Amino acid sequence: MIKVVFFAALREQLECSELSLSSKNITTVADLKNQLASKNQQWQTLFNNTSLLSAVNHEMVDNEQHLKSGDEVAFFPPVTGG
Amino acid sequence: MTNNTFSEISIQTADFSMANEVALLEQNNAVDGAIVTFTGRVRNHNNGKNVSGLTLEHYPGMTEKSLTKIIAIAKTRWDIGRVKVIHRFGELNIGEQIVFVGVTSKHRHDAYAANEFIMDYLKVQAPFWKKERTEQGEAWLDAKTADNTKAKKW
Repeated sequence: MIKVVFFAALREQLECSELSLSSKNITTVADLKNQLASKNQQWQTLFNNTSLLSAVNHEMVDNEQHLKSGDEVAFFPPVTGG
Repeated sequence: MTNNTFSEISIQTADFSMANEVALLEQNNAVDGAIVTFTGRVRNHNNGKNVSGLTLEHYPGMTEKSLTKIIAIAKTRWDIGRVKVIHRFGELNIGEQIVFVGVTSKHRHDAYAANEFIMDYLKVQAPFWKKERTEQGEAWLDAKTADNTKAKKW
């Protein structure tokens, strides 16, 4: 299983803060995004947004990052702290 | 000259005292002649709108990891002593303190540069998000390209 968490504006737009997915058929972050985008039109728009950031096990990664069962993947908008 | 019990990062809802933080940076630290501190506060205006407050969200676990990495990079680039980073989350009102960065060093240049570097990187890498409360309602802030430009200059 892969744990997926969402933050800030993305979390509110999805109306979802976390979910779990089977790691079957998911090799990379890009695969995971495609699977999430297939849920409906709104999810498709949100996961096709190129400014969306991704982290795996608390490290920023790009779309090519490989995933394995047990990973925690996070998606969130550009950060605005400080 | 950081000792093992000195906690460098604190992510908290509670307010902090700059005087206490400076005292901790100075305590038993006679080797460092310079202390540079930065404190960020909630402004009453942004993008032409009156702001009544902020809600700050973060990603527990990644926040600490990201700040640890930023501090480690600062230590390889400058000759610095102690570092303290505090960032608050939750509901904050106008004038409240949001963030504190304190750096000590033997001479001022290293503390000035490392402090600014840590803030510039925190702004673009640490997973915090601000939601602004205004007369028009609540809205998540957009990231500023100027912040990315500033971080890249290092």
